[in-house]
Amino acid sequence: MATRQSKLFNKHKLFERHTFVLLLGILVVVAIGGLIEIVPLFYLKNTIEKVEGMRPYTPLELAGQNIYIREGCNTCHSQMIRPLRDEVERYGHYSLAAESMYDHPFQWGSKRTGPDLARVGGKYSDDWHRDHLINPRALVPESIMPPYAFLAGRTLDLSTIQDQMRTLQFEGVPYTTPMIDAALDNTMAQAGGDYDVEALRKSYDGIAGRDGTVPVRNFDGMDGAPTELDALIAYLQMLGTLVDFKTYEAGDLSNRR
Amino acid sequence: MAAAFSRERIDVSTFAVGFLMLVVLILSFSGVANAADHAFRAHAFIFLLASAIGLAGLLGWHELSERQPRFDKTFYEESIVKAGIAATMFWGIAGFLVGLIIALQLTFPTLFYFPELGWTNFGRLRPLHTSAVIFAFGGNALIATSFYVVQRTCRTRLAGGMWPWFVFWGYQLFIVIAATGYLMGVTQSKEYAEPEWYADIWLTIVWVTYLAVFVATILRRKEPHIYVANWFYLAFIVTIALLHVVNSLSIPINLAGSRSVSVFSGVQSALIQWWYGHNAVGFFLTAGFLAIMYYFIPKRIERPVWSYRLSIVHFWSLIFIYIWAGPHHLHYTALPQWAQTLGMTFSIMLWMPSWGGMINGLMTLSGAWDKLRTDPVVRMLVVSVAFYGMATFEGPVMSVREVNALSHYTDWGIGHVHSGALGWVGFVTFGALYCMTQWVWKRDRLYSNALVEWHFWIATIGIVLYITSMWVSGIMEGLMWRAYNEFGFLEYSFIETVSAKHISYIIRALGGGLYLTGALIMVYNLVRTARGDVPAGERRRSGATPAIQPAE
Amino acid sequence: MTDRSPEIDPHSQVETTGHEWDGIKELNNPLPRWWLFIFWGTIVVAIIYWVLMPAWPAPPGMQGNTLGVLGQSDRATVAAEVSETAKMRAELASRLSAVDASAILQDHDLSQLALGLGESAFGDNCATCHGAGGRGAKGYPRLADDIWLWGGTLTDIETTIRHGIRSDDPDARMTDMPAFGRDEFLTSAEIKDMVEFVTAISGRKANLAAVDRARPIFQTNCASCHGVDARGDRAQGAPNLTDAEWLYGGDRDTLQATIFGARRGVMPAWTTRFDPATIRALAVYVHSLGGGE
Ligand code: HEC
Ligand code: HEC
Ligand code: HEC
Ligand code: HEM
Ligand code: HEM
Ligand SMILES: [Ca+2]
Ligand SMILES: [Ca+2]
Ligand SMILES: [Cu+2]
Repeated sequence: MATRQSKLFNKHKLFERHTFVLLLGILVVVAIGGLIEIVPLFYLKNTIEKVEGMRPYTPLELAGQNIYIREGCNTCHSQMIRPLRDEVERYGHYSLAAESMYDHPFQWGSKRTGPDLARVGGKYSDDWHRDHLINPRALVPESIMPPYAFLAGRTLDLSTIQDQMRTLQFEGVPYTTPMIDAALDNTMAQAGGDYDVEALRKSYDGIAGRDGTVPVRNFDGMDGAPTELDALIAYLQMLGTLVDFKTYEAGDLSNRR
Repeated sequence: MAAAFSRERIDVSTFAVGFLMLVVLILSFSGVANAADHAFRAHAFIFLLASAIGLAGLLGWHELSERQPRFDKTFYEESIVKAGIAATMFWGIAGFLVGLIIALQLTFPTLFYFPELGWTNFGRLRPLHTSAVIFAFGGNALIATSFYVVQRTCRTRLAGGMWPWFVFWGYQLFIVIAATGYLMGVTQSKEYAEPEWYADIWLTIVWVTYLAVFVATILRRKEPHIYVANWFYLAFIVTIALLHVVNSLSIPINLAGSRSVSVFSGVQSALIQWWYGHNAVGFFLTAGFLAIMYYFIPKRIERPVWSYRLSIVHFWSLIFIYIWAGPHHLHYTALPQWAQTLGMTFSIMLWMPSWGGMINGLMTLSGAWDKLRTDPVVRMLVVSVAFYGMATFEGPVMSVREVNALSHYTDWGIGHVHSGALGWVGFVTFGALYCMTQWVWKRDRLYSNALVEWHFWIATIGIVLYITSMWVSGIMEGLMWRAYNEFGFLEYSFIETVSAKHISYIIRALGGGLYLTGALIMVYNLVRTARGDVPAGERRRSGATPAIQPAE
Repeated sequence: MTDRSPEIDPHSQVETTGHEWDGIKELNNPLPRWWLFIFWGTIVVAIIYWVLMPAWPAPPGMQGNTLGVLGQSDRATVAAEVSETAKMRAELASRLSAVDASAILQDHDLSQLALGLGESAFGDNCATCHGAGGRGAKGYPRLADDIWLWGGTLTDIETTIRHGIRSDDPDARMTDMPAFGRDEFLTSAEIKDMVEFVTAISGRKANLAAVDRARPIFQTNCASCHGVDARGDRAQGAPNLTDAEWLYGGDRDTLQATIFGARRGVMPAWTTRFDPATIRALAVYVHSLGGGE
């Protein structure tokens, strides 16, 4: 069958007979798509919207995010409200790329076994979060969320938080060296301890460019050293509260993407 | 030449593996001594133990093999295939069991959660399940079959002496580190790439060795052409290496600690993660298992592969197009819309390249359709290809943005995953295991064909229950989330959708239980087969010959 | 088995490629026409879609991406839908606020509308604390009965929802019961007596000697909020202690904890999350749950 088609296919011998030609061919073919899709995200300016209010997480919030990651909350909860009418009505303003720019890595999630958490900050009281995390079914009888009672009994381990902030700083998160040095004091202050609250606020509100972005409370309501529950609740209460939506122009051409 | 090799005092590959083990031993010792956290200490200890056992094993083996030819090139390396079969079965059962447990947790939360035992929670067990089934069960199936297939189709012994064993055991070590890590809460939170930096580095070493062994074996082949199954294996191995290395780029916050932070953040990390995640599906769960199909179906039914030309076209189009489709996991997110468009359109174009594999697999049966009736193993293989066709039709449909607006975040995705995972990946693996066990243990037939029948039917019913219940609950919750009441306000609260899924969850757990039961039946059957407990009866020609046939 | 010359497969009469691996041969069937046809079809669909929608990024050194001839954008679409809804809500709000509260309840259409919206907002935002249908939970008052901490008229309810209780809203309802034990206003013996006192006035058996000892302490420390007859004071959100309804619980251990540390439950303020129409509708809905005054 010496059709034109099979003559063309004969050329494929090159790949079938030469291992490295085949290997190289595969590498070239699989590299193209990835390069064209991924690289532009690093140079196109409209990838991340211009908004005000984003600031790096305070050490207590960062520790809370570590617990969120450790416990795999992202296996059930998304942090990504899509620009669809029902989602915007149920959860609030759709999520911007800017809102996760300090998440290494992103926490958007892919499954909503539980509700989206992108704007859960401020929606409930600290007590509610404490009761809910300890036993979700005490408050929501139909819930299928796991109980996290053990978090209340665990003192927050802060031994590596400064290492983490330093690494994040190296990767471009705008922590300053004084912020890293003050991390432990700042954590105690935010969790309601008798520490310098003004210093904490000045650093973080300063980067956010407005006041009141750092709630200072005893989040878990328990006395003593901050617990893992304190950190997790502090993180949840921050979610979705940072960006000042008055500064976001959805219709602006620079935000068209 | 083999004899000349055996006279050497020291086998080079064994020495090299031993040296590497020594390095690991020293590093892990200092890891244990300097660990910044408990998890890291535990993991350094596991590495220490593993490298010590490895070294002892190497020494022992070296003494034992003093007088025999080492890595005799006139024989296929089959003991590693046997070990791979055992590992695949073991991790398969473990992974299905954890799947069943998490399914039960979502169904009966008061019974299956333990408030004070953090490590038993859904959030930690779910990655354990996904990694156990994909990487441990699927990965071992791929390693075992690729080592089996590449030797036969190249008519040469596996290259690399001791290195293939390093790949095998190194991979098991990776699995143990990953799995214990999830239970201790060590995770980067990136789906299907959860293990932390040191596990990532270890996997990179193992994987590059795997690639080298595979390539070296192909280079040694005694056939002029490389068989199509090996194109797919090669694409799978090399692309996974690329994906893994890029997606895992992260900086440990402390060289003696278990935590690292990804160098990518936010939207960039999202796209890189799903470039990886989608192509883990494309190259691990698709290309790799297509390679299995391309060997075991024609071999088992003794018919030629249906179309060489289709092999070529669908191979290149599949691997080219797959890479682009990642953004379909990020529809309507904060990922720029242009990227979503590319993800969607390339997913649609992926439909036919995917079906090319299905057609080649199914049409290979032409002329041997009766085997569907007479050989339940063939039926398993063929049904797996049918599920492959179904999942790769459903996938492009779900990639359409308007459809994804409904399906994303819901159980529909879970149903889609498991029609691919249980139907395609699972069944093609079971089929290959049945074939290989019979062949490498040189049995005339399996211990019991009737048990294969049972396995087939129980598992098929299990899959049907699983995926139909997830379609129902997924589409239902998707519709409920966007339902409006007569006044134009949201009709249902979130928790009402959770309650509404309860029945579906019961059915899903039932399906998972059946699937697990089927797999246990298979394990029993294969163990009896390997032991040689073959009931006397009709004899069947053995499918394999141990010694390498001389080239014609 | 080097490149042998192709042979004809006896079953299908199709030529093989002449290669063989471990006994496996290949037929040289052509690509199925329907397969090629659909493949090209999907490519055409993709190209059309690229023309219509945002699709290709600019190369390095340039900015932007193709916007597509339809000029579609998810964010613009949802913004339009949301502003549509907002307009509808604004109209609704003006209708709801034009009439006074009791008139809403009389107007069938208006109250149905308010209930539709109220129920919708309640499920995801309030039921998590107050339970489905307002059945309540420990620490979170039952809204479906006629017992009110701060008042059960539409206006009371609306104020509560708008500003919250002990929330960070400047106009929040705010009364902090002292933590009599923790802050050492009372000794632990006095608190023990007080537990007996509250047990007694809520109609249960108690140690009478202790009750007598506690009576004057109640009048000096508690009556200012809970009232001299302990029937509560809505102006201060202080609950009635003589009934069998408890926010936190009426057993001795719970009472002990309440008096020792006070509770100070927080109800969030909702003005930042909801427009006025939704808040009003929520008030109507809560009012309708059974206890509205
Ligand atoms: C098995 C799935 C699952 C896991 C894992 C899980 N959740 Fe949930 N979560 C749910 C479900 C279901 C709900 C809705 C019912 C409820 O409120 O309990 C929920 C609700 C919530 C809410 C209330 C959201 C709202 O707007 O009403 C918060 C906050 C929350 N979860 C936080 C967490 C955190 C933090 C973690 C990890 C430590 C976590 N969840 C892990 C399933 C889960
Ligand atoms: C974080 C939990 C929480 C959420 C969410 C919440 N509430 Fe409350 N609510 C409370 C608590 C706690 C109180 C009682 C405070 C006190 O002790 O005085 C309360 C009190 C009230 C009261 C006063 C009851 C009375 O007896 O006077 C009303 C009315 C009310 N809530 C309505 C709502 C509505 C409507 C919503 C939703 C928009 C809502 N609540 C959401 C916690 C919550
Ligand atoms: C400054 C006002 C104030 C004073 C003084 C006060 N209370 Fe209260 N009390 C409240 C308020 C407000 C609540 C509502 C619960 C909350 O804090 O959320 C309450 C709640 C309670 C409850 C819980 C009722 C339940 O349903 O669970 C008890 C019991 C109680 N008070 C007893 C006392 C006793 C005994 C004293 C005096 C020793 C006292 N209170 C003094 C304001 C006061
Ligand atoms: C006994 C059989 C199985 C059961 C009962 C089971 C059950 C489950 C459950 C309950 C989940 C979580 C779903 C959710 O979050 O809502 C899940 C997720 C998953 N399972 Fe399985 N599973 C089984 C077998 C398998 C197999 C064989 C594979 C792959 C080869 C697999 C791959 C996956 C994947 C990839 C996910 C994650 C899906 C996603 O993130 O979208 N499972 N499984
Ligand atoms: C043409 C082929 C396919 C396409 C276009 C495709 C497309 C998709 C789409 C659109 C999603 C949903 C993403 C979301 O909304 O979150 C998805 C999820 C998934 N698919 Fe496929 N699919 C294909 C084949 C397969 C096959 C054969 C398998 C497996 C064995 C598979 C495994 C998965 C998994 C594991 C997920 C879940 C990812 C996650 O969210 O964790 N897919 N796929
Ligand atoms: Ca605390
Ligand atoms: Ca990783
Ligand atoms: Cu995908």
